[in-house]
Formats: sequence, C-alpha cells, structure tokens
Amino acid sequence: MAVPFVAALLVAATMNRGPASAAADAAHPGFALEDETAAIGIDFVHHRASFDPKIAGIEPHVAAVGAAVSVTDFDGDGWPDLYFTNSRFGAPNALYHNRGDGTFEDVAAAAGVGNLNRPGEGVSMGSIWGDIDNDGREDLLVYRYGYLSLFRNVDGRHFEDVTASAGLHRWINSNAAIWLDYDRDGLLDLYVTAYFRDFDLWHLETTRIMHNSFEYATNGGENLLFHNLGNGKFEDVTDRMNVGSTRWTLGAASADFNGDGWPDIYLANDYGPEELYLNDHGKRFVLSTAGLEAESKSGMSVALGDAFNRGRLDAFVTNISERGYIFQNNNLRVNEMADGGKFRNVAEGAVADAGWAWGAQFGDLNNDGANELFVANGFISASRQKNYWYAMSKIAGANGRLFEDAATWPAFGDASLSGYEPSRVYINRGAAGWIDVAQKVGATDSYDGRAVALADLANRGAVDVIVANQNQPAIVYRDVPDSANHWIAFKLIGTRSNRSAIGAEVVIEASGLVQRRVVDGGSGFASQNDRRLHFGLGRREWVDRVIIHWPSGQQQVLQRPAIDSFVTVTEPGATR
Amino acid sequence: MSEAAQRMGGERASVASLWRRSSRIDARYLIAFLITLVLVLAQLRFHMVGGYERLVIALGVCVATEALLSWFDRGHVVNLLSAYISGISLTLLTKPQGGALWPFVVGAVLAISSKYVLRYRGQHLWNPTNFAISALLLLAPDRVSVLSHQFGNDFLTNVVIWSFGLIIAARVGVLHITLTYVLSFLALSSLRALVLGEPIAPEIAPLTGPMYQLFIFFMITDPRTVVRGKRKQIAVAIVIAVMEMLIRFGADRSWPLPTGFNAAPAFYALAIVGPVAKWLDLRRRPVKQPVASPAAEPGSSAAAALVSRTPS
Repeated sequence: MAVPFVAALLVAATMNRGPASAAADAAHPGFALEDETAAIGIDFVHHRASFDPKIAGIEPHVAAVGAAVSVTDFDGDGWPDLYFTNSRFGAPNALYHNRGDGTFEDVAAAAGVGNLNRPGEGVSMGSIWGDIDNDGREDLLVYRYGYLSLFRNVDGRHFEDVTASAGLHRWINSNAAIWLDYDRDGLLDLYVTAYFRDFDLWHLETTRIMHNSFEYATNGGENLLFHNLGNGKFEDVTDRMNVGSTRWTLGAASADFNGDGWPDIYLANDYGPEELYLNDHGKRFVLSTAGLEAESKSGMSVALGDAFNRGRLDAFVTNISERGYIFQNNNLRVNEMADGGKFRNVAEGAVADAGWAWGAQFGDLNNDGANELFVANGFISASRQKNYWYAMSKIAGANGRLFEDAATWPAFGDASLSGYEPSRVYINRGAAGWIDVAQKVGATDSYDGRAVALADLANRGAVDVIVANQNQPAIVYRDVPDSANHWIAFKLIGTRSNRSAIGAEVVIEASGLVQRRVVDGGSGFASQNDRRLHFGLGRREWVDRVIIHWPSGQQQVLQRPAIDSFVTVTEPGATR
Repeated sequence: MSEAAQRMGGERASVASLWRRSSRIDARYLIAFLITLVLVLAQLRFHMVGGYERLVIALGVCVATEALLSWFDRGHVVNLLSAYISGISLTLLTKPQGGALWPFVVGAVLAISSKYVLRYRGQHLWNPTNFAISALLLLAPDRVSVLSHQFGNDFLTNVVIWSFGLIIAARVGVLHITLTYVLSFLALSSLRALVLGEPIAPEIAPLTGPMYQLFIFFMITDPRTVVRGKRKQIAVAIVIAVMEMLIRFGADRSWPLPTGFNAAPAFYALAIVGPVAKWLDLRRRPVKQPVASPAAEPGSSAAAALVSRTPS
C-alpha cells in the first residue's frame, strides 16, 4: 500500500527540480550577449510616475509601466537610433542618435521630443515610429497616460508637434500603439490601445478605477483606430471599423494572420482573453473566435515570429507565473488560421514560465536559421523580505466590485511583487523544447524589464537586444552570434505601400529553410523593432528565393540575393 | 385564511415534502452532484479546467488507484464516488506550470493512497484532496499552484454555488461545520485586520473565491474525516479557523513560511488540525464499523455520514 504513496511523494519532490536534460541542452547556444550599455553611451534611467494620493496605497502597481523603447532611423543615415520614454513629470525622454562609430548621443532635447512629461498632459508610456506622410522621414507618435502626441519629422533633425492639427489631441491611458495600413491606401493608420478608462490619474474623482475581474474584465478604456486621411489629419473610425475593445489591452501587433492580404490586429489583454480582429477587406474588423477565447490570463505583450519555420507568423503572448501561487503560463500560439481558423497554444515547459513576463521578441540571435525568444520580466522589485503575492491572493478571488475600488486594496508599502526576476532567453531545441539559456549567454540582469526591441545597431549581421527597465537603467546587449553562420537582412521601401513598408511580410527560402518576418509597426510590450528584417541562415551559403508581400497587395519575388549583407528593396510601381 | 395565505402554506408544504423526499437520496450522490455542478459551471463560464486531458487523467487515476488499492486492501472494489469527487476537486484546484500533466497523476495517487496509508484504527485522517494539494504545494511549489483561476470574480456564479452548497450541506448534515467555519473566519479575519490596521474587506474577500468554496463544501465537511459529535465538529471547525488565522498572521508579518502556507492558508490549517483532531477522537473512542453499508470504503461520503452519526 505504501509503495505508490511514497513513490508519488518522491516523484513530486523530484519533478520540482525540473528536467535534468535542460542544462545539458543549454551548453552550446551558439551566441553570447554582452552588456555594452555604458560602453556605447546609453545612460537612460527610467523614472516611474506618481499619481493622485487617493490611490497611493497601490501606486507601485498602477505606476509600474512606462519604460519603453522603439527603434528608428530618424535621420536616414542608415544607422538605427533608439527612443526611450520616461514617466515622471520633468524626467525627459531620450532620443539616442547612432553615430555609426559604436556610440550614441542623446539628442532628444535638440530634436524637440525630450520634454514630454508635463502636468496636464500626462506621462509617456511608449512610442512608435512611422512615415505618416510618406516623405521619407520617420515620424513619431508618443502615447501616454494622458494625451497622445504626434511629431512630424521636419528635416531628420527636428520634430514638429502636429497632434492638434492631425486631430489626435485625445486623452487615452495607453500602453500600446501600432501603425498599420488597414485599408491598403498607402497611408499608415494608427491603432491606440487603452488600459485604464480616460481618467485623469492625477485628479481622480473616484477610486473605482481598477478592473472588475481578474479574468474577464471589460471595464478598461476603449481602444481607438484612427484613419490617416492623407492631408495631415486622422479620423476616428473606431466604431465604424468595430475595433473598440474595452478589455485592458497591454500589447498589440498587426500582420496578415489568415493570408487574405489584409492586416489583422492581435491584442494581448490583461485580466482577459486575447483578441484577434480579422480585417474584412478594409471595410471593417471582425472579432474572431480563433481559439483565443478559451483561455483567460493576463496578457502582457504579444510578439510575432515564425516559431517553427513554417512560413507563418505565430504569436507569443506573455503572462504571469509565480511559484506556488499562480501559473498562468505564457502562450506560444501556432498560427493555423489558414487551415483551421485557429491559433493553437503549444507552450510547454520552460517557455511557458518566464515569471511575471513583460515584453518579448523573436529574433535569430545565433544566426542558425531558427528564432530565439528574449523575454523581459519582473514586476516590482522592492523589499526582498516583503512579498505582495500573499496580499494579492486575498483579493484575487473576491467579487469584482471589491477590487474595482483601488482604495480597498491592501497597501503595497515597500513590498515586492515578482521582483528581481532574471531575464529569459529561450532557444528551440526540437524534442527538448524551448530551453532558457539566459545565464549561459550572458543575459544576467534581474531588472524589472518591460519593453524589448531588437536591432542590428552596428550593421554587422547580428541582432542586438535593447531592454527598457521600469524605474531602472536601460540595458543594451550586444549579440555575438556564431561567426560561421550566414545571414541576410532586408530594408524595404514602399512606394504604393506606405514608405516605411510597415506590414510588409518577407518569406525566404534557403536550402529547405522557410521563414517569414513582418516589418514591425509596434509589437511586444511598448516597443518597436528595427524595421529592417534580419534572417539567420546557418551554414547555408545562398538564399534560393525571397517573396515579399507588400502592404499594397503586391507580391515581389527576388532570386538569389546576396547574403551576409543588407538588401534594399524598393516596391515596384509608381508612388500613389 | 386568505387565498394568498393558503397558497403560501401550500408552497411551504410542497417544499417540506421535497426536502423529505430528498432525504431518500444517497448523500454521496448529492455531493457528487454539487462537485459536478461546480465543474460544469466553472468550465462553461470560465474555461477553468484548462484542458480536458487534465480532467480525464485526474479522474482516471483516482478511480483506478481506488479500485486497485481497495481490491488489495479488502479483496473487492469499493464504491468509486469518493474517487470521483477527489478527481474533480484535483482538476479544479491543481494548476501546473506549463502544460505539465504529471501533477494530476501524482496528485491523484497521493489523494487516494493517503486513505490507505495514513490511517489510524482503520480510519484515514486526512481529506484526500486536502492532503494531495498540501503535499504538492510543499514538495513542488516550483511546478504547481492553486490560484490561477477565480471563477471570473463573478457574483452570480458565487450565488449559484453557495446556494446549492448550503442546501446540500444541510441535507448531508454538515451545515453546522460550514457555518461555524465561515463565521469564525469572518470574525477572526476582522479581528486580524483590526490588529494589523488593515481594511477588513480584503481579509474576508477570499471566501468568495473558488478555493474556499471547494474548501468549505468538500474538504472541511468531509464526513469521513471529521470528528464524531456535533459539538466536537463545531469546536474543530473553530480551531481550524484559528490555525488559519495564525498562518495568515505569519504571512502578514512576512514570516518565512513555505510558499504553500501563504498561497493556501486554509488548506494547511485543515491539514494540520484535522488529522490531530481525528486521531484524538479515534484514540478516545474506538470506531464502530458501519453495518448498514457493506460497500462502504475509505472516504465514501455516505459511509462516512453513517460513521459520523453513530451514536456516541
């Protein structure tokens, strides 16, 4: 009788240690990440916001976002630049100009995009770059807990605030925005997500500002879609296009998931299930039942990438896990939209649990032809002795009316909540699954990571990792991939499509390797990647074919492009 | 008498008649019905199961283990309703890291085998699910949790489960345990909040969560593992609530307790107090074996109900 009983106890204790094979599989990841933040002159430190004293008890929770990073080439010199947002009144955002010699300088103030965190206007939560007027210069949208701000890039050095004239002077407590050309008219449209409703968080008339369910809350702010009219103005088409979700959206990304040629919208929602809005030929969006509604978690971000080299864009959605308390588990959703109209969650083992995970991005860090995943994590790192999870466990099961009121939450004090978590770097080892090699490759920070962006900062065929950390210094990891592996990267210039080519999808075929990437208009959590598309090739010495799906609907095929280089492709056909 | 009064009287009579008729229903089926109701409601409204393979495995292993061990122990397979209840409870409460299924296998084996191993004078001491969850959280906190789903924090779901739960608890004869614990929890939580200077609402909030609903309707009231006699049962329920308050007080003060104690204080309060009380009860007064149920098995609610009602 005692045999199965004792055996079960032993199995439980043994399984708690995790699979023994993981350590061995992590031995040869094929790349290293080196912290070069200080060496290249990135000295950005994020400062969190302070809000109305009426919600002081849970301010650490409410103010635990805002560290964001986006990649652009604002001066068109061919070197990717970085824009970080800050979240305390008076603390400036930073625009780091890439000098091209391996160093950066902050030019935000001179460019007119530094001092954006001001009373009455709100504090920055993130930014996205895109050429809204197709003049060849990247323009900037900053979303806040507060008013949106749109800056037109005047001359590659200075920016002009055109928010009011564009019709975008709207207060929205936002944590994400994306550019997409939903109607394929060649102009970038804007989708802005909302988290809190449109409260002025510094002058609250009520403390009933929180979610009313930890699982199915729909009392968040309304997401908004703005149509670019082409005359410098945007029109709110949210209702007409049926995309006004009031879930608590934290992450958004766009791509043509079902292969019909029209960009769709994928949302990662806190306190609720993910949502997929399928684009019906630019006329309206339809909320799809793509298998996402069956799981309600705490979506923190959504990253797009070809996880298994099937030539399709899969979605990685981060969630919350904390030992003993909660395992919501990250979702690695395999795109089966073209076959069965579904996304299928295949996250198991290590990749499912990255702690309180925030931003994530797919990138081929070792240039072997398969994507890795970088995941930033950690919510609030404060006292190492005090843990808010116990307090959270008390209210988590309560009726929604109770915790909708911020005043009824137990006070945070100086407690940590999933703090000091080490970042995760996952590589896909086939049968062994996705294993974490972060410590092995040198990603050893335990900051409260939020936004992750990938860019080849030195134009050398490697994907560097930039992480914006909450209330902490930003960090830049220089990627050092296996030098024997080859690569190819594409810079796309739209003509009939938007000039930034945002939404363009590229599929490469190289000696059995098939992989798809999309030009990023914003993804992950509060981030935007380098819009140049980088593919690792492993030992393959040529690329057979490249298929480019332009946002305009055009398809272009390239044969045998040069590898180990950046390939600039201009869309065929005259500009609209 | 007015027509309305007559009609009201008639309705009362029919309710009383229904209540009497329900007494003919085997208590085991009522408890099984309630846990099934919780499962169906939780899955249909909130997708709480997280994959039907979990349900199949937990139920299958519970039933198979019960059948096997009872055959070894008694020479015949006992009624499997108790295993069914444990299987569903484990499915609802066990939330593993990633897509791991082993916690459902291990939890099911632990739950059922504990009834055959951890015994005193022929009686098991722990509620099977309570033991399994407590053991999993202690031994594998990096892989298993209990709080991942919350019934949507929905009022209506709470009303349905509480309504059926209270009716069935009354019918099975354990309502006094449920109410004693709930009232003690409310009083002690309020007291603790006052001592700590914290608002009361968050302290009493856990009562509306699924973990506590399973706890008060299926664990603390498990007739097979409660002590005999109404007064003693009430006293033990109060002691469990006090133990939980102590655990929570430790958590409030950031004592270095195992994670499971902070995540599921009620489970550990029962896991600590319940077996001691049961052991003391059995030590003082040897159990009379039920004669009315030859098919009785360890953990069977009906058999346990008979035991619990055995005149002292």
